[in-house]
Amino acid sequence: MTISKNPRMAYGEALVALGKRDPRVVALEADLGKSTQSVLFKAAFPDRHFEMGIAEQNMASTAAGLALAGKIPFIHSFAVFASGRVYDQLRNSVCIPNVNVRICGSSCGLSDFGDGKTHQSVEDVALMRALPNMSVLSPSDSIELTAMMEEILDWKGPVYIRVNRNDLPFTFPGDPSYRIGTVVRIRDGADAAIFASGIMVSKALDAARMLAEKGISARVLNVGTIKPLDRDAVIGFAEGARAIVTAEEHTVIGGLGSAVLEALRGVRHAPVELIGLHDSFGLSAESYDALLEHFGLTGEAIASAVRKLLEGKS
Amino acid sequence: MAEKNKRVGGADARRLDITALTLREHVVRMIGVGKAGHLGGSCSLADIVTALYFHTMRYDPKDITDPDRDRLILSKGHSVLIQYAALMELGVIPLSEREKVKTLAGMLQGHPDMDRTPGLEAVTGSLGQGLSIGVGMALALRLDGRSSRVFVIMGDGELAEGQLWEAAMAAARFGLDRITGIVDRNRIQATGPTREVFDIPGIEKKWEAFGWNVLTVNGHNIAAVVEALERAGGMKGAPTVIVADTVKGMGISFAENSAAFHNGIMSQEQYDTALAELGAARAARTQENPR
Repeated sequence: MTISKNPRMAYGEALVALGKRDPRVVALEADLGKSTQSVLFKAAFPDRHFEMGIAEQNMASTAAGLALAGKIPFIHSFAVFASGRVYDQLRNSVCIPNVNVRICGSSCGLSDFGDGKTHQSVEDVALMRALPNMSVLSPSDSIELTAMMEEILDWKGPVYIRVNRNDLPFTFPGDPSYRIGTVVRIRDGADAAIFASGIMVSKALDAARMLAEKGISARVLNVGTIKPLDRDAVIGFAEGARAIVTAEEHTVIGGLGSAVLEALRGVRHAPVELIGLHDSFGLSAESYDALLEHFGLTGEAIASAVRKLLEGKS
Repeated sequence: MAEKNKRVGGADARRLDITALTLREHVVRMIGVGKAGHLGGSCSLADIVTALYFHTMRYDPKDITDPDRDRLILSKGHSVLIQYAALMELGVIPLSEREKVKTLAGMLQGHPDMDRTPGLEAVTGSLGQGLSIGVGMALALRLDGRSSRVFVIMGDGELAEGQLWEAAMAAARFGLDRITGIVDRNRIQATGPTREVFDIPGIEKKWEAFGWNVLTVNGHNIAAVVEALERAGGMKGAPTVIVADTVKGMGISFAENSAAFHNGIMSQEQYDTALAELGAARAARTQENPR
């Protein structure tokens, strides 16, 4: 499987591109610039980059002030801090006035595999999704991330974007007409529908290939925009499937799986299984793959869930 | 601009005192009878808010989105009634909203909400965030080469919020001398005297240690407040905080120095008393000969 550019690097380069395009773009960092790659912006635009120190709460409300005065600030930290540590600041300073702050949740999910529970974000999507006015993005690879960054500049209101720390396989075919808010079918199939976001899109593709070997055809839907979710698209892609599985690098409480189930409410649909963490924090591990496997975030687990649903044994 | 900011005295001081009493009357009418409202902290701020909006600030009520305006952020957002009062007196908020505060039909929310209310610069109310917002505005204004000042009013009880000190460090770190912080030191927080609830000793020394210039002023002497605001504007290289000693509920006898009127309910009798006292004070000040 081809590996795409590291998402953090792609993010940093995309931010520099936005900075060149629009002088309103500014960046704020909380001493993690080498991890988030906001250092690239700092090198390109030293006057528009602000090192705020290890003080995320102040960083978030400062961004609100910059936005209220006409700037488009991007704030950076690990996803766990960029969402949870500053939840109240995002809620009150940013989301109530609905200002154009962009929040880069870097090292999202379990991608900071070595650092353990305190540094892994498995509930950030739930937190950010619950905030009125907040949009929530989870790109599947650096191609999609770059496409999102293109559009993020003029997006109305605050945006939270999850950025993975590790190299990811290419999953996104690349589409010049890509728009934030769309659910993209990246593989077609008749028997099952697999909705996935982030790293789990590549795992869903693995699952579809495994299922194909058993004569089961599964469609894979990349939900890069978890909020606002295109409900009609979710309903349309679920239609006709005899099994529906969601896959996310996040707790199944309040994340992508919940969002898909919310979208499917009130319509007849096939039985659903949710792949993700089950009311659990992360863990330190020797490698990203080992950790994903530990929590059952694998192609095998997705394929197995599909088969069980089809056999009526979920 | 410089002309306007010179010391006030005589007729000017009298005009501002009368305005401050009028703002307090608006606050009393906004709260009304039998409904809870933040009377105490609004009245302790009346003279400071008057000095800002009616003397010091570059603020055109006819052009409230002018990018070159000075900004006032009320970090202690619960005292927003006094800001509403000032904006009513300036004609930014219609006077017809006065009796509709905290109703579905009105535009005036219980805490500052930019969505509904003209003239507000930020959403505050979750304490400790206003100074950070001011830091962001000051950075943006500096990037844009504007000379606007940013005023941030904080409560003395609010100084317990950790984020505020993060912001204090940032403002000093970035040399944001266009920021003037004002601490409304009325010495009473929601559940009692600050000394008993959560004593924060050495407020001036703390700000100094965080890299700020510090001025102390009687927050009910408008001429002195104006002078302090002017001095703060002239101090370059570092932000300045004005620690203003005030009386919670100032101007209304039963509310003065009372934690009960942090967010209290007035009876009809108290409501009438408040308006009578403020009216009498206004009449007396109006009849005085200007010094």
